[in-house]
Amino acid sequence: MQLDQLYQEIILDHYKHPHGRGLRDAAEPGDRVAEAHHVNPTCGDEVTVRVATDGAVLHDISYDGMGCSISQASASVLHELLRGRGAGEAFAVHEAFVELMSGRGQVEPDEDVLGDGVAFAGVARYPARVKCALLPWMAFKDAAARAGVGASPTEVTA
Amino acid sequence: MTSIAIPEGMPQYDDVPRFDVTRVRADFPILDREVNGHPLVYLDSANTSHKPRQVLQVLDEHYARHNANVSRSVHTLGTEATEAYEGARAKVAAFVNAPSVDEVVFTKNSTEAINIVAYAFSNASLRADADPRFRLGPGDEIVISEMEHHSNIVPWQLLAERTGATLRWFPVTEQGRLDESGLDDLVTERTKLVSLVHVSNILGTVNATARITERVREVGALLLLDCSQSVPHLPVDVVALDADFVAFTGHKMCGPTGIGVLWGRGELLAAMPPVLGGGSMIETVSMGGSTFAAPPARFEAGTPPIAEAVALGAAVDYLTALDMRAVQWHEKEITAYALDALASVPGLRIFGPTVPVGRGGTISFALGDVHPHDVGQVLDSLGVQVRVGHHCAKPVCTRFGVPAMTRASFYVYTTTGEIDALVGALEQVRKVFD
Repeated sequence: MQLDQLYQEIILDHYKHPHGRGLRDAAEPGDRVAEAHHVNPTCGDEVTVRVATDGAVLHDISYDGMGCSISQASASVLHELLRGRGAGEAFAVHEAFVELMSGRGQVEPDEDVLGDGVAFAGVARYPARVKCALLPWMAFKDAAARAGVGASPTEVTA
Repeated sequence: MTSIAIPEGMPQYDDVPRFDVTRVRADFPILDREVNGHPLVYLDSANTSHKPRQVLQVLDEHYARHNANVSRSVHTLGTEATEAYEGARAKVAAFVNAPSVDEVVFTKNSTEAINIVAYAFSNASLRADADPRFRLGPGDEIVISEMEHHSNIVPWQLLAERTGATLRWFPVTEQGRLDESGLDDLVTERTKLVSLVHVSNILGTVNATARITERVREVGALLLLDCSQSVPHLPVDVVALDADFVAFTGHKMCGPTGIGVLWGRGELLAAMPPVLGGGSMIETVSMGGSTFAAPPARFEAGTPPIAEAVALGAAVDYLTALDMRAVQWHEKEITAYALDALASVPGLRIFGPTVPVGRGGTISFALGDVHPHDVGQVLDSLGVQVRVGHHCAKPVCTRFGVPAMTRASFYVYTTTGEIDALVGALEQVRKVFD
């Protein structure tokens, strides 16, 4: 088992220098803002993801949390990838990320869709860590639904 | 080699029973394997211990030669299985110095053992004619501590909810000791039960229970000790502890999973209403109602984990042959070595006692700001198996202001070389997350 497959530079970078961290109020007047707090009961990792949207575009995705490098880097990547995107696009990315993480290392990630998220391909080979990577993404889905941007239920097999 | 003569009248080296750890290791087949290309360094025995060949053989032989259900057959296999099952009960009773074999109830694990007591309270509270010592209502109190495993917190929270009783707890000091300063205010005439961990599964603290026991007796409450982390590691004598109930589990003491023990004073078990209903726990059944068997059968509804119990008996034999005083001393030496070695790691903070006195071989720590999950992952890549997370003791993590901890825990087969491997691997963690 190669440790550097798991701890790719990109992941460590996002962990040490997280992008867009901190919960923010809506910048756009009229946006609906909602958040979701998720915990990983096995390790106590926590993340809160907040979504600000007018129903069509996700104007901001802010987050805060504490946890391992994988969960915190994943939140940073989520923010990078989905902020400012249309809801439909965002959920396509969400789906691709969940598919990658559920693939036990057998799914070839598409960098055009997943950007820095491709760095998590190695994490999918560590079943104990898949939940860490998915934690902010699941919180995002709940927050988005609460903000009125529904996602179709995603099957996760971790 | 130089030898140092210890003056007469002083404690001598050989006063303490010892065993040869190399020979002990040869009994555990799993210790031969590699993990991620490195020799296995198993430092997670507080989670579950490994099983020696002697236990695996008994498990195998039971199914291969003596398999039958217990306590209900007149045939030869049934008699053999029953004798083995009851023989295991006798071994366990002797191991913890229980005054009577009938005081040993086989359960699934410690959690179930504690829940049996909790539900006996619950059921007694519904019946006006039940023993008043088990009846709970508003105004009554249950006392636990902040250093409990969740299995000694949640059953009491649920019981308090069901009965209207109040749950209170001993705090934990900064050094990871039980804070007994408020003992007289905490344990009062309102207290019906005190349920405490004997050895903490996360801080390693060995709780000296004598003062608490004295107070429990003074106020007429009952005392349950969660001995999940003590029975495997040091001589435990339920009479000397003067507890009313003791819970422990087989898989942490060289036995298989699926078998645990509730020891209770005979007179108390006899006063407790049943918890699970079904076969084996009855005296007679009619469509109009049932009467119940005496303990321990009253609390062993259904077919029990027979092979597991028999194998636990073999585990008890194994530990007895090693001598529990030798087990305790071995772990004390390893713990002292580990505390020193870990103190040499830059940025490492130990939670719990930092001296090898009044503590067992379980050491939780933080390495700088590196999350325990990441610590554990890097250690695993080097073959070192530690537990990371909240260790089913979240209130302890909260007490020390961290979401999780990394925990190394030792047993009869742990060597100083393995501690060195841990320290070396922690250096690697620091390199990855500098």
